[in-house]
Amino acid sequence: MSSEAAIEYEVAQGRAKAFYPRFERKDELQHQTHYCPGCGHGIVHKMLARAIDELGIQDRTILVGPVGCSVFTYYYFEVGNVQAAHGRAPAVATAMKRSRPQSVVVAYQGDGDLSAIGSAEILHTANRGENITVIFVNNAIYSMTGGQAAPTTLLGQKSTTTPDGRSAATEGYPLHMSELLATLEAPVYIERVALGDNKQIAQAGKAIRRAVQNQVRGLGFSLIEVLSPCPTIWKMSAVDAQRWVREVMEKTFPLGVLRDRTKDAAPKALPPAAPALEEIPRILGVAEQDLPAGNAHAMEPGRDVDLEVRIAGFGGQGVLLLGEVLAEAGLDAGLEVSWLPSYGPEMRSGTSNCHVRLSSRPIDSPLVAAPGILVAMNEPSLRKFDHSVRAGGWVIYNGEAFPEDCVRQDLHVLAAPFTQLADELGDARASNMIMLGALLEIAGALPGASVDAALRRLVKNSRWVELDLRALERGRALLKHSFPEVIG
Amino acid sequence: MTEATKHDRGQLRIDRDECKGCGLCIEACPPKAIRLSEGLNHYGYRTAEYAGAGCTACGICFMACPEPGAITVLRVIVHRAVGVAAEGISCASN
Ligand SMILES: Cc1ncc(C[n+]2csc(CCOP(=O)(O)OP(=O)(O)O)c2C)c(N)n1
Ligand code: SF4
Repeated sequence: MSSEAAIEYEVAQGRAKAFYPRFERKDELQHQTHYCPGCGHGIVHKMLARAIDELGIQDRTILVGPVGCSVFTYYYFEVGNVQAAHGRAPAVATAMKRSRPQSVVVAYQGDGDLSAIGSAEILHTANRGENITVIFVNNAIYSMTGGQAAPTTLLGQKSTTTPDGRSAATEGYPLHMSELLATLEAPVYIERVALGDNKQIAQAGKAIRRAVQNQVRGLGFSLIEVLSPCPTIWKMSAVDAQRWVREVMEKTFPLGVLRDRTKDAAPKALPPAAPALEEIPRILGVAEQDLPAGNAHAMEPGRDVDLEVRIAGFGGQGVLLLGEVLAEAGLDAGLEVSWLPSYGPEMRSGTSNCHVRLSSRPIDSPLVAAPGILVAMNEPSLRKFDHSVRAGGWVIYNGEAFPEDCVRQDLHVLAAPFTQLADELGDARASNMIMLGALLEIAGALPGASVDAALRRLVKNSRWVELDLRALERGRALLKHSFPEVIG
Repeated sequence: MTEATKHDRGQLRIDRDECKGCGLCIEACPPKAIRLSEGLNHYGYRTAEYAGAGCTACGICFMACPEPGAITVLRVIVHRAVGVAAEGISCASN
């Protein structure tokens, strides 16, 4: 009984269950992370994954990833994942936690993310004492972008933006985020740990677990700052970078607990969960009859719609309303719709334009780069967007004639003095609805009842509704008259 | 004592394709039971490998390693023989 084969083993330490078995990233590399050899992010990931495993919370954890080298947390953690805009993870985490109070929400951030662009978010989130966990990985530099100085860069530390080393006189002093946050009343637990040697790594793992556990217990805001090696940007071997954490970084950022009220903090009552969708109109005080009917005047089945429209003009010409009525009518007809306004800071006389899409299928992007129909309410708008219209598309232009140098042979053009036509109907401001009437006739896709319903929902004044309905009719008639062959 | 004590208490399983050869586990291992391979893996890294003896299954290398599953630390299962009460048979793992 002495053969080697007879020895039995059990796993003492192995891959955490909170990680995906394979990472859905570049084909060849799905069995490993994207991190550099020796990067501290990987170690922190493992600590967090282990904490999730040990606390048995994988099915209710939401991880909010940052911008920075750790932007891809969603490749690795088999939990709910959201990737926030740069610095905004604590704000996004706040929303997640408040709308899903049973979830365990972890914001993961680098030092550039948290202490530079996101300094306001972390400050206010901590000050509100949100019941979330923040993992703050401090490598004293912007790594993903190639090594610019961060607020946390050490005095004398070289970076691409401090080539002679950071100087207090010009760049100020390293920002001690954990100490700053520990001056606030609300946080429950703040500790700075490091990945400089085995003992520090063990302590970091414990702290991260506790910061997550505090949330599970409902205690409030916990943040763990981890001093973490970045061998690549620091231009060191992995082992030297680890030593630098322990021998250099730690002098500027002393380790230890900065706040610990874990023992005294009483679990907070869970905030009420977000209201169900059906309750929102009542909360907003919207009366039943004012609700969009949605699918009220459904399209003929089987009709395939894919309408991409760009509407442009000066502010005040009704550009956005035209787009809204079109999109709202699409909603009413049971289509997928998007409406994306784009305007300058000026309220009047500035240019404005909007993108509208109506489709029988889900819409991938609300941007309309190559419209099938362009509504140009003045000449500058025409000149700006004319070239972008798809070959075979339409331009509806508010002007006596199409400018000669704009003529494109591959477009249909309806040019008419719409402002004047509207004036004849009673108010020059109704020109947008005449143009919409022509557009609807070209698109031929929407039931009249849907347009009617949309208009009544968006335009409150009955005198205007009446005028706009006449304007729509005028537009339809104009198109039929100018392009009899389009009808049908 | 039975033969079990002559073996290491632990053993390492290293995924040669996941390991990036950073060397942190080699630095971390208290009994220095890990070394860098001579040869290169598919990606051109010299990877960690078990030096052949000395693992205590402490698991320290696992936490020092940045990759989720490059290292698995195995611990020898020590079986208690049926009828432990019988003196002299305290351990019979192999
Ligand atoms: C709004 C915005 N501004 C700037 C950038 C460029 N940017 C990407 S990552 C980064 C810094 C990341 O540094 P850090 O948070 O320390 O993470 P690390 O890469 O060091 O882990 C910056 C400035 C961006 N992506 N978005
Ligand atoms: S650049 Fe630095 S922080 Fe980014 S993955 Fe590499 S070692 Fe990690």
